[in-house]
Amino acid sequence: MIAGLTATERQIGLVLAGLVTLMGAALGIAGRNDVLGYQGLLIVVFGALVMIALLRNLDAPEPDESRLAEYYDDPIRFGIVLTMLWAIFGMFVGLWVAALLAWPELTFDAAWASFGRLRPAHTTGVIFGFGGNALIATSLHVVQRTSRARLPDQVSPWFVLLGYNLFCLLAVTGYFAGITQSKEYAEPEWYADLWLVIVWVAYFALYIRTLARRKEPHIYVANWYYMAFILVVAVLHIVNNLAVPVSFGSAKAYSAFSGVQDAMTQWWYGHNAVAFFLTAGFLGMMYYYLPKRAERPIYSYRLSIISFWGITFMYMWAGSHHLHYTALPHWVQTLGMTFSVVLLVPSWASAANALLTLNGAWHKVRDDATLRFMMVAAVFYGLSTFEGSFLAIRAVNSLSHYTDWTVGHVHAGALGWVAMITFGALYTLTPAMWKRARMYSNTLVEVHFWCAVIGTLIYVFAMWNSGIIQGLMWRTYNDSGTLTYSFIESLVAMHPYYIARTLGGLFFLAGAAVGTYNIFMTIRHEPLPLSRRAEALGTDRPLVPGE
Amino acid sequence: MPEAHRKLERSAIGFVLAIVVVASIGGLVEIAPLFTIDETVEEVEDMRVYTPLELAGRNIYIREGCYACHSQMIRTLRDEVERYGPYSLAVESQYDHPMLWGSKRTGPDLARVGGKYSDEWHVAHLVDPRAVVPESKMPAYAWLQRNTLKTDDLPGHLTAMHRVGVPYTDAMIENAAHDAFAQAYPDSDMAEGMAERYGADTNIRAFDGDPGRLTEMDALVAYLQIVGQLTDAAHEKRTGEQVVRAEETE
Repeated sequence: MIAGLTATERQIGLVLAGLVTLMGAALGIAGRNDVLGYQGLLIVVFGALVMIALLRNLDAPEPDESRLAEYYDDPIRFGIVLTMLWAIFGMFVGLWVAALLAWPELTFDAAWASFGRLRPAHTTGVIFGFGGNALIATSLHVVQRTSRARLPDQVSPWFVLLGYNLFCLLAVTGYFAGITQSKEYAEPEWYADLWLVIVWVAYFALYIRTLARRKEPHIYVANWYYMAFILVVAVLHIVNNLAVPVSFGSAKAYSAFSGVQDAMTQWWYGHNAVAFFLTAGFLGMMYYYLPKRAERPIYSYRLSIISFWGITFMYMWAGSHHLHYTALPHWVQTLGMTFSVVLLVPSWASAANALLTLNGAWHKVRDDATLRFMMVAAVFYGLSTFEGSFLAIRAVNSLSHYTDWTVGHVHAGALGWVAMITFGALYTLTPAMWKRARMYSNTLVEVHFWCAVIGTLIYVFAMWNSGIIQGLMWRTYNDSGTLTYSFIESLVAMHPYYIARTLGGLFFLAGAAVGTYNIFMTIRHEPLPLSRRAEALGTDRPLVPGE
Repeated sequence: MPEAHRKLERSAIGFVLAIVVVASIGGLVEIAPLFTIDETVEEVEDMRVYTPLELAGRNIYIREGCYACHSQMIRTLRDEVERYGPYSLAVESQYDHPMLWGSKRTGPDLARVGGKYSDEWHVAHLVDPRAVVPESKMPAYAWLQRNTLKTDDLPGHLTAMHRVGVPYTDAMIENAAHDAFAQAYPDSDMAEGMAERYGADTNIRAFDGDPGRLTEMDALVAYLQIVGQLTDAAHEKRTGEQVVRAEETE
């Protein structure tokens, strides 16, 4: 990979890595009496490793000019591997926290392994580690192909990818050490947040510069979504993380907002992290890889436009449905509920657009587990957006809020939609990136598919049951007009569902492990000679009946 | 519409601007007025700030991720008010940077936990939850009892809180580290000055049962005992008819 960089690019990389190392050293020294010291040390190690890798190849020969005639895919390949590593990590921690709710002693009297510290490691691991790397890798692939333009330079994609993973590492190791600002899905503290802003500006610049070089007059719909993802996440991240640090040598900062304003800002962020990270970004993925794999054009251009602008406009109003019946003013709750319900229209427009694209290709869905991953993802997208609008209704929310129903809803979206569309995209992308005719084993893709479906269904059904039972038990009155159940009785009633949920998670993790193995084996295999690739592709593609 | 949109698709910058404008509206309309409309947060006389020890305890609550399983927001629903106490008011988290309203109740709501149990109960429960509540799923936090509380940076913490708008006085900031000790060391000279700065109602006790040593357990229990106790506003409002019956919302 380094061999593909020119001497100048290697030097620029070296300088950048050096700056990062210095920055880490400064933080480490200033924070030597604080947990921040360890974070500084981590940055130094990270920067030093990149420097060593570059230094060892500093005198390597210049790459061939012919590279400029091809797309720049090295960072994408690296991103795919990182995506799968984060998937295994994040899902494993998820399995662990699920088990902790059934067997709370699995903390082993270690502070770092208690539920409250592991839980953000799970959410950050899967959302930002797995999801974020998948988005960066696929977006760099999609923007080049749909623009018919090479990335503008070979340094900034690496800066974005490595810088982003440094952010994820700082976040997760920070939680283990007890560093968190407690804002859900925005737990990292001020220094990591500032670093992400730098990385994100570079990501935006990279994306827009590639678009500026495009040979296609129009910007393809997948790029609209990736752009919305990059832009709006930047806005959300900056506003929600405004804070005043205790000092340059302290990991701790105090949020600029308090109480009700903080709650609203946090859930404006939280809900739109779902909207623009976990929805818009992955819709971008869907709009490229699903039609590509199905070999069918997108069903409707008009639906694409309606759903894109509908989602971009309306989601930003919906966050306050997380705060029904709270101290948030009633008018904000009502606005949030209203927009959440109307949001179903653009959401289903997207889901319908995806499923109708498959018309004429359903036989492929039957035979090709990769395409089936994406089909099931679109179905779960439709289901969980319907559920989301439903749960945002005030009366429904009075039952569901604070219960496992919310957790089930999130996982229907995260496992059923986000992870499945990602696996579908990765199984399409991996053979193409390593110039293989197909994945190492189609059977293993099939195994992964069924593990993922079974795991998701077990998980979601368990949480629906436990959430609704919990909500009902909390509000059940007996004949004398007093509450029937104590809180602890409702917790005891959850036990079997918490075990079932752990089992569902185990299935999902097992599937991801199979997928990772399959991807690594695909990478290790020798590429097929070109003469045989057409032939191999013929056997890979399912035969059309009657052909 | 498609024709106009086709034009927009030809300009990356135009598209970027359109996204930013369209996406900004919702947040501006819903968030900005919360800072300007006076009724958003109730005005009360008796609202007090966290003492340094309570603030340190709150930071431990945040560090351990307690908010992941415990909410601090009682909704205006009959069953919640009967189970937990008066529904939460905005003013109660006025000095909470950040708020800890939470989103999930694997354990019960804690908005009214202050004063509900004894210090001894909290210590025993935090060290071994299942010794107190056999069915509990809560992790044990035995190490809190073993860890000495870090106090030297407390003035910095109060300064940062002051910068984001919490009315700490210079004397409070200056004496922050001392006051943390004092609050867990009753009947000492330090305790008097502490009570003067934060009010006579301040809990001054050896929270973890050991006055000689200031532990993280002291801080966390001091915090838990003040949750919901910073003002009486919620209890005064209880007589109102604003409690919504869960059944009536259908």
